[in-house]
Amino acid sequence: MTTTHDPATGTGAAAPAPERRHPRGGPRRRVTTAGLDLRVSPYLYIAPFFILFLLFGLAPMLYTGWVALHEWHTIGGQGDFVGLANFTAVLGQGMFWKSVFNTLSIFVFTAVPQLIAAMFIAAVLDANLRAGTFWRMAVLLPYVAAPVAVAIIFSNLFGNQFGLVNNLLATVGLPEVQWTGSSTASHIAISTMVSFRWTGYNALILLAGMQAIPRDLYEAASIDGATRVRRFFSVTIPMLRPTLIFVIITTTIGNLQIFDEARMFGGAGGNGPVGGADGQWKTITLYLWEVGWRQANLGRSAAIAWLLLLLIVLIGLVNFLIARKIASENGVKR
Amino acid sequence: MLNRTAAAVAAALVLASCSTDGSKSPADGKIVLEVATFGDWGYAPYIEQWEAEHPNVTVEYETSGGGDDQREKLLNFVGQDSGLACVEALEVDWLGEFKQFSDRFVDLSDPGLKDRWFDWKSDMATTKDGKLIGYGTDIGPQAVAYRADLFKAAGLPSDRETVAQYLGGDNATWQRFYEVGAEFTAKSDAAWFESVQGAYTAMVNQVEHAYENADGTRKDLAGSEVERIFRTVLQHGAEQQQSAGLTQWSSDWNASFKRNDTFAVVLAPSWMAGTIKSNSGEGFVGWDIANVFPGGGGNWGGSYLSVPVQCEHPEEAKDLAAYLTSAEVTLDQAVKSGGGTPSQVEAMNSPKLLPLTNPFFDNAPTGQIWADRAAAVKVVPFKGPNYKKVHDVVVAGLNRVDVDKSQSIDQSWAQVLSELKSLN
Repeated sequence: MTTTHDPATGTGAAAPAPERRHPRGGPRRRVTTAGLDLRVSPYLYIAPFFILFLLFGLAPMLYTGWVALHEWHTIGGQGDFVGLANFTAVLGQGMFWKSVFNTLSIFVFTAVPQLIAAMFIAAVLDANLRAGTFWRMAVLLPYVAAPVAVAIIFSNLFGNQFGLVNNLLATVGLPEVQWTGSSTASHIAISTMVSFRWTGYNALILLAGMQAIPRDLYEAASIDGATRVRRFFSVTIPMLRPTLIFVIITTTIGNLQIFDEARMFGGAGGNGPVGGADGQWKTITLYLWEVGWRQANLGRSAAIAWLLLLLIVLIGLVNFLIARKIASENGVKR
Repeated sequence: MLNRTAAAVAAALVLASCSTDGSKSPADGKIVLEVATFGDWGYAPYIEQWEAEHPNVTVEYETSGGGDDQREKLLNFVGQDSGLACVEALEVDWLGEFKQFSDRFVDLSDPGLKDRWFDWKSDMATTKDGKLIGYGTDIGPQAVAYRADLFKAAGLPSDRETVAQYLGGDNATWQRFYEVGAEFTAKSDAAWFESVQGAYTAMVNQVEHAYENADGTRKDLAGSEVERIFRTVLQHGAEQQQSAGLTQWSSDWNASFKRNDTFAVVLAPSWMAGTIKSNSGEGFVGWDIANVFPGGGGNWGGSYLSVPVQCEHPEEAKDLAAYLTSAEVTLDQAVKSGGGTPSQVEAMNSPKLLPLTNPFFDNAPTGQIWADRAAAVKVVPFKGPNYKKVHDVVVAGLNRVDVDKSQSIDQSWAQVLSELKSLN
């Protein structure tokens, strides 16, 4: 997001930018080449991003909005203008709300264990291990694997009748789980895939944050008699707040858009219903896909896309507010 | 430095992905045609042969995903100017959906090929104004594939002629099929058939107007023949546990063939014989095929090859599609795979086809069986623009009861009706 969290000063609010403009108010205001350069070039430097964003971000988004206001067949294209009818149709459907619930539920099942695990792994990596680079690389390996490949393998592991996980459960004497049967079971299975892929990545980001923490703080703490655990909770975690906020925000946005794993889960080799016979693991993006590319109703699909955008903005705002609060507390405490 | 390399790689990837058109002209001046089918249809040797006769053309054969993937891809790209192969496979369940957009496909009608296919096969791919959007590949008449060893262990007859008679012979009914199922499951740990989806699809394919009226508009399914079939299948499949409770094509379903005691029967269209064999593994012993089908013959599936208008070399593509669907090729495929059901009249009537046997199915006379089964098909079900969408909703309803076991038949049917209501 746009605020900068400077761990050195601990301020979340943006410091006033240094005055770079051509000094004004002289007796004769005159635009020199150098002045023009000073005035325009910063914008030129950031222009590529905004041009690309305009082309590939904003324009498609607005066009999607236009599509959402029409009847629109995926092949046949534009039909009648229907106003907000697509939106009301989507909001009136149980399956949409189910998909919102599924998305949030998978998010919780994923984010919480994943962050705790990432934190733990990062802490272990931060302790001077032998062959540190090797371990760091190893942690990142799952991230390199294509999500679809991961999903296919995990779907096999989580097979209802002949999957490895159920075989293991049966060996230990526990009841087998119908993984594609209930929402909770399928969400746990999908969260496992997502966490498998992202835990290492987040661990490395947290590790980077940890390594930026001045070592003398730890020294001071251990001289004061703090144990390893105490140092972790009283030094590492507070100092890690800005990094944590970044990780939480990216995880949230990523999780709201979960698609590949849910699409492949319970997969029937490119056949069968999207997201379960009862929509048990139909996330919002999956529902969007189903409506647009199975039911061929692109207008309604576009409406879902916009509703998803609103949801992300809403959750982003909440995130932002919480992050700002945490950041300022951070400042006060130090 | 690393960043710059990464950026260069990314740029190269973007460029590469931009240039995957259906047809393109590489540096050597050769035309490149792509052929895309869902699953491997064994075209590789024939494509090689065709290439040898057309030295200016290189053909790339893509075999990916399932039928639903293929449909999603076509829905996405058919309306656009690129993104598809020059020869794209269509499946009969959603052919009607794409017939609405026949202007996006090259008209393949050709006086020279007029009598190549069974009339009903090419009629299905012909629009009202006489445009042919696909060349027929195969058809899918159904027989009863069964596990002779499990039948024997349960005290049922196990040789294929007696099994056919036991199930009712020429007058086989679904009622009899489920009766024998009850008899079998009482004496065996295995289920009777593999999935409710398979049984339902077989039954619904015997209904001429299942989901849509003759004009393509959707029917109200409350109290319809479809509801009756839905309930019949679930009463026997789920409540009496005659089904193995699997989702067709899922990893569980695939793995179940390797087990010895999961189910005894697959209501198999001719193309399923290959699936049973590859899922079970070459050395698996026990499968056989009985020359019988409940309800008087049935057809499941069968495909077409089409040429989207976005293809830059429609003439060559049409020629290739015509070759791949020629009696010569499809007959050869049937011979090599131990029996099959081409949609070409000449291939189906060929003296080479009838004597074929299939060693995997205990040397069953598959040539004769599939020919008889094809002749027994009496109903050509109407599959219009809504067929596939409605079928998906109903099948999900079946799986809620039989696979997920999360709903009763009544609950699930009520949800089917409400989901159908909100479908567009």
